[in-house]
Amino acid sequence: MKTMISLYLLERTINFAILKRVYERMENKRGAGMIYFDNSATTKAEASVLRTYQTVSEQFFGNPSSLHQLGEKSRQLLNLSRKQIAVLLNVDNEEIYFTGGGTEGDNVAVKGTAMAKINYGRHIITSVTEHPAVIKSMEQLEHLGWDITYLSVDDKGMISLKELKQALRKDTILVSLMAVNNETGSLQPIKEVGALLRHYPSVHFHVDAVQALGKIDLELSNSRIDIAVFSGHKFHAPKGSGFMYVRKGRKLAPVLSGGGQENGLRNGTENVPGNVALAKAVRLLLENQEAKKENLLSMKNSLLDYLKTFQKVTIFSPEQSAPHIICFGIKNSRGEVLVHALEQDEIYISTTSACSSREQGNVHSIKEMGYTIKQAESAVRISLSNMNTSLEIEAFKKQFSRAYERLTTMEE
Amino acid sequence: MEITEIMVRYGELSTKGKNKKKFIKILYKNITNKLKRFDGLKVSYNRDRMHINLNGENAESVIEELQEVFGIQSFSPVIRVERSVDAAKEAVIQLIENNYVPGMSFKINTRRSDHTFEYDTNEVNRLLGSVVEEHFKNIHVKMKNPTATIRVEIRKRGIFISVDTIKGRGGLPVGSGGTGMLMLSGGIDSPVAGYLSLKRGMRIEAIHFHSPPYTSPQALKKAKDLTVKLSRYAGELTFIEVPFTEIQEQIKKVIPEEYSMTITRRMMMRLTDEIRIKRNGLAIINGESLGQVASQTLESMAAINAVTNTPVLRPLISMDKIDIIDIAKKIDTYELAIQPFEDCCTIFASNRPKTKPKMQKVADLERALDVESLMQKAIENIRIQTISTEINEQNEIEKQFANLL
Repeated sequence: MKTMISLYLLERTINFAILKRVYERMENKRGAGMIYFDNSATTKAEASVLRTYQTVSEQFFGNPSSLHQLGEKSRQLLNLSRKQIAVLLNVDNEEIYFTGGGTEGDNVAVKGTAMAKINYGRHIITSVTEHPAVIKSMEQLEHLGWDITYLSVDDKGMISLKELKQALRKDTILVSLMAVNNETGSLQPIKEVGALLRHYPSVHFHVDAVQALGKIDLELSNSRIDIAVFSGHKFHAPKGSGFMYVRKGRKLAPVLSGGGQENGLRNGTENVPGNVALAKAVRLLLENQEAKKENLLSMKNSLLDYLKTFQKVTIFSPEQSAPHIICFGIKNSRGEVLVHALEQDEIYISTTSACSSREQGNVHSIKEMGYTIKQAESAVRISLSNMNTSLEIEAFKKQFSRAYERLTTMEE
Repeated sequence: MEITEIMVRYGELSTKGKNKKKFIKILYKNITNKLKRFDGLKVSYNRDRMHINLNGENAESVIEELQEVFGIQSFSPVIRVERSVDAAKEAVIQLIENNYVPGMSFKINTRRSDHTFEYDTNEVNRLLGSVVEEHFKNIHVKMKNPTATIRVEIRKRGIFISVDTIKGRGGLPVGSGGTGMLMLSGGIDSPVAGYLSLKRGMRIEAIHFHSPPYTSPQALKKAKDLTVKLSRYAGELTFIEVPFTEIQEQIKKVIPEEYSMTITRRMMMRLTDEIRIKRNGLAIINGESLGQVASQTLESMAAINAVTNTPVLRPLISMDKIDIIDIAKKIDTYELAIQPFEDCCTIFASNRPKTKPKMQKVADLERALDVESLMQKAIENIRIQTISTEINEQNEIEKQFANLL
């Protein structure tokens, strides 16, 4: 018996030693040298946010629905988190619902509206450049008999208000648009759409705001927006955390039925640590918001000015776009080649959207803006966060010019 | 034009002779306490009125707070314009426009503390009155009971004009009428009884009987939340939590079921009275309304009341449930009160309580209880807490979790 235990321990020690060596090697290779420019795909979680996650998981792990003290503490903590987000966004506590992220929020907004308003109409308006969470939900509804109008976009990625106005019908129940396009950073005229929809008070107005929080001004409380969807991991909160704003008085059906949590809209035991961490991340994100937006914009402009000096670079992001996204391409060079070339120098950028970048030819926003398939396939996306530095911007420039030389020479 | 001042009228206080000065002082204290979050305010008072100088604070928020203070008959927002008749004319026209109804009557009531002003009181009355009559088609001057009285006061610092009179909450200032112990269960009635007692100037302390584990922390919290709601009208309230588990268990064990309700209530009454003596209270208040439940028949009340000579006040005694609910909704305690947590009146409740308990039988049965020692133990373990605004309790929770968020 003794021998067995010592053998086991020996094995453990050896395994640990090997693991440690592998880990150290990884640290050397990555670590300080890495440049992460794929923040629209996801972000690195903030250290203090993760500490909150851990503390809550260890100390306040009770189920908020439980009657006892431990549950009560969790419930208080959950409500405080909700309140913190509500105060920061200047809305009411009851208007904030925790979710599992952007895809879930979009699904609830679209299908939840469709189900809740099934007796009032079956027509929905959206745009051709929406995130798959919206587009695929629409397609599902289409199969079930709903009528969907997909608005086209111009070369800036924007829908036309005129077209929207023409599309609105008596049986329209929902208009669903994204605030910031995840591939190009294009902005939709949310305020103007809101103004138009004031004349259609019964239509739900859903805004996919996943790329918008802390990046552009998005007023909720005095706006016409009924539903806005946010995702935590896009701003340094843990993955699997998110929330949505649903204006008081607007009815949505839950997509997952269950125990009545989140006022019956989002059933299932609450992700308390995730939600508390999320509330903290929202606070950190919105602290010194203006300065941070400035910082993003100055990094973006520095990159743009540099990229524009290259003859074969096409910038797809419109002039007026989100301060953290640059979508561009090198002529006749597939985007994924540039992604892999830069990866060799530990610079991480992305083909246009992480969700679809593993599927061939899925570059729909750029195509819809009027570019050719070939141009669209050259597209890559740089997406910044305030964890990036101007040093990284300079380092990127150096590596990019090398990659540019290499790829354009290869082509000739 | 901006609201610079709010003028408060005392109402019933004016009739209280010698005590008037004391009453006004209490009201002054209550008002300044209620408005303490507005840093800029200056409150001053004389025999007839109180003046709240806003100094730039938001008039609407101040008015909202004032509407929760007992002892105010009415108050008027006052507008200040520059010291010229033209400015006063313009302001008066606009004020009437805001309240204009065809066929209405009005009067101008001018006071002049600044005697250097170019016109005297009557001249100002006439000047402003004729402007109003010219400007509005269907309006006339009336000296007695006009629809609108426009008060114009000419002072060194400008002309002060007021027209809107907002009804105050009435009643007497809390603290002018001694202290009563409110038996607060967590239902709809007792908070209303507390509110009505506050209205007549009584200070109240809430006594709540708590029987864990048969009653839940949520039930306790509900009672405290109700106290928070009442505190809006009282400034601060004392909340006294009485441990009642052992007494209820004993009663369950040794008292026949049909008499357990009566005897439980008698124990509550005794404990409340004991606490009243310690806290220098003068009366006991409860939310009983005649005939509402078994404990609220006259026979029951008599049997329960027999344990004390202290006045037991029952502000709701003649009210219908529907009227009680109306008040509960007005003071925002209704939604809280209907939350379904069991309180100590519903646990161990008999299906067939005596509605006409016999006094002698009650006394005989009660001998099975060691009343003295049970009471002593409960009294030794009461918890006394000061409850003021919602924000305080919330702050405690927020502080606890601050480092996480």
